[in-house]
Amino acid sequence: MEAATLPPLEEMDETTRDEIETSVAKWKDAEGNLIMILHEIQNRHGYVPRASSLLLAREMNIPLARIYEVLTFYHYFRLVPQGDHNITVCNGTACYLKGSGRLLSELEKQLGIKDGETTEDRMFHLETVRCIGCCGMAPALVVDKKTIGKNSPMDIPPILEKIRQQEKTHEDQ
Amino acid sequence: MKTNDPLQELARLASENKPETFEQWLRIGMDSGGIAAGAERLLSACRKLVEDHNLPCEIQKSGSYGYAYLDPLVEIKSKSLPPVLYGRVTPEKVSSVTLDHLSAEKLADDHIIASRQYGTALTDPTQSILVLDTSCEEGDKTKFFQSSFQDEIASKLPDSSLSVVRALDMGIYHEGLVVQLLPSRVTYTNVLSRDISRIVTTSLGENKVLKDLLWTKPDPQCRIVLRNCGLLDPEHLGEALARGTYRGLAKALAKNSPDEAIREIEESGLRGRGGAGFPTGLKWKLTREPKADRKFVICNADEGDPGAFMDRSILEGDPHAVLEGLLIAGYAVGANKGYFYVRAEYPLAIQRIQKALEDARQCGLLGENILGSGWSFDAEIRLGAGAFVCGEETALIASIEGCRGSPSPRPPYPSVEGLWGYPTCINNVETLAAAPWILDHGAEAYAQHGTGSSRGTKVFAVTGKVQNAQLVEVPMGTSVHEIIYPICGGVQDQAHIKGVQTGGPSGGIIPENKLETPVTYENLMQLGSIMGSGGMLVMDERDCMVDVAAFYLKFCVDESCGKCAPCRVGGYQMLQLLLKITRGRGSVEDIKQIERICQSMQKASLCGLGQTAANPILSTLRYFRDEYIAYIEGGTAYARKRKKLLSQGESLQQAS
Repeated sequence: MEAATLPPLEEMDETTRDEIETSVAKWKDAEGNLIMILHEIQNRHGYVPRASSLLLAREMNIPLARIYEVLTFYHYFRLVPQGDHNITVCNGTACYLKGSGRLLSELEKQLGIKDGETTEDRMFHLETVRCIGCCGMAPALVVDKKTIGKNSPMDIPPILEKIRQQEKTHEDQ
Repeated sequence: MKTNDPLQELARLASENKPETFEQWLRIGMDSGGIAAGAERLLSACRKLVEDHNLPCEIQKSGSYGYAYLDPLVEIKSKSLPPVLYGRVTPEKVSSVTLDHLSAEKLADDHIIASRQYGTALTDPTQSILVLDTSCEEGDKTKFFQSSFQDEIASKLPDSSLSVVRALDMGIYHEGLVVQLLPSRVTYTNVLSRDISRIVTTSLGENKVLKDLLWTKPDPQCRIVLRNCGLLDPEHLGEALARGTYRGLAKALAKNSPDEAIREIEESGLRGRGGAGFPTGLKWKLTREPKADRKFVICNADEGDPGAFMDRSILEGDPHAVLEGLLIAGYAVGANKGYFYVRAEYPLAIQRIQKALEDARQCGLLGENILGSGWSFDAEIRLGAGAFVCGEETALIASIEGCRGSPSPRPPYPSVEGLWGYPTCINNVETLAAAPWILDHGAEAYAQHGTGSSRGTKVFAVTGKVQNAQLVEVPMGTSVHEIIYPICGGVQDQAHIKGVQTGGPSGGIIPENKLETPVTYENLMQLGSIMGSGGMLVMDERDCMVDVAAFYLKFCVDESCGKCAPCRVGGYQMLQLLLKITRGRGSVEDIKQIERICQSMQKASLCGLGQTAANPILSTLRYFRDEYIAYIEGGTAYARKRKKLLSQGESLQQAS
């Protein structure tokens, strides 16, 4: 994350530059566009790379700190890449009452990582979210953007196993 | 600019976009909840089924009826039968249900959700009978009653083609065997074995109603905001137009008087449904008054309250109603630009609003010269990024401006100095969805519901340890008990209710002995809670109130923007004290200290988040102080035991 380790702006890879330029051009006339551009960057990469922020600051002619104050304020923005598979435990009140804590500890046990961490092989990323609005299906999990409702800790191993199997067949091919 | 009569223009649009009608169709509830329950797999299963069996059937999508506990939902219409709603239709079961209904033209067992509009007169001869055992005793006797009915019909009315079908849900709970005759919807409750022969001879044979068994209670729900949810394809403007969407706007434009629209809303008594309950008409008036070059309206769809999902359901089920509301608000206050501020965590809602905006723009419902009235307005989406504090008006404005969502001191209020310094009116999704209905049906029709200064209806998301987690829309003044028991079927596992939490992290808990209180803004305030956005969390004897208080406080501490000290420091210190108590190391002195911090936070915090963060603590201290004392007196041994029980989901009583 140190600025010194980053390549000079001119040497930065072409696609990143194109991306930023397209996004800025698209939102140029909209007032208060910064957050929307950051959403676009995150949708593309799964996180907001520092290189993108640097370029964005230059393109928009604003200080880097202006971008980082926004990035660090909002929970939704990530500064580090996620794993290949993301598992999100909903920790809304309905899910909490129905045992989202038990789901989380089972996941932590199975994956050997804590909330907000990624496994060493970058296969799984585990996090909690405030509420995904599926309170009727509490406790809910989001596995790779798919919501799964009414989970118990017993459901966790098959879910993980299925992903591992998929990865394995993927590798074999 | 050529101006036309907006009502005529709307009629023209509606006939141009008239949705195709099909003789046979199948409609799947595709909201986030339904999708989580497998609606997408269901959709592909249906497509395959229709193809494999060559069924002449149109497959459609809709939003949610709100019956979250019965997801996924499928509504099927065959040639001869009226549309029937089926629940808990898994992709595995959909083929038998669909083939029964469409090919064999008979109702399928175990999945029917009966209509809540119960009949009282037997106008038409009965064709089918729904049976369901709703008693809470062990063993479901539905099958037994089904065959008793079938035997009785076979012996008494041998020529009849009556079918007896097991239902899934009748909207009536703990009333013994419930029987509904279709199509009249005459419903009998607490039917005993000996009543069966009476029903068959009198009601089926002679077409007479049995008064002693008849269910005469009207449906306590009243769908105004949820009027179209589940009934139309949210991505189809034509269907929205066919159901009267944009008529309220056209009427307002036809009168050519924004003041008239404001007066109508004021007279209806509509108050902000986002939580604080500020009169909507007054808010519009205050934004209309100042003279400015530009004005803005914002739809607050940053539903941050964990445990509430009504805004998501409305946006996913009926986005055009909310857009119409935003247009009306814009017209009333004199704005030409509107924003939807939506949570990024609601991708489906975002997608549907986007589609609604594009379709509306294409038809001239958005943009220049709307409905030929000469008035122009446009709207766009701005995404939230997961900050609860952005539900607060000034913080929300900062976020749309592309900054950190920090609140600013008020006054100046946004109605005077809001987005980029211009007068801005911010309304919640539910408020905006109610406004078009009011302008279409009149203030009086809306104000006839409700009580005192709380008029109209309110949507509640009832979740937690409740039997049927769902959306409920009831007139204001309905009691919490009525919502939890008759409508939602009571507490799960027949457990004992402890309390109902309203208002999320800013609210409090209504204890069991206060459940009869009619729900109004004032009553909830008196009980130490707030209306909030309408989340209702049912808690039973297994839940620990100190733990729940700590959960909410932790939420507020995490979400505090850190701008003002009472919220930033007060919340953190209070959480430390609370956690000390839950570890069994607290003292009575700590409770006093917590109460002192609560008071300072309420008085000195900059915005609503800090001012109300103390509510869950004060409310639990008020009604469940003994639970705090138990931790203090029981020490670490008690705390360890309690923690273990909580992790196993058991109550203290069960353990002892």
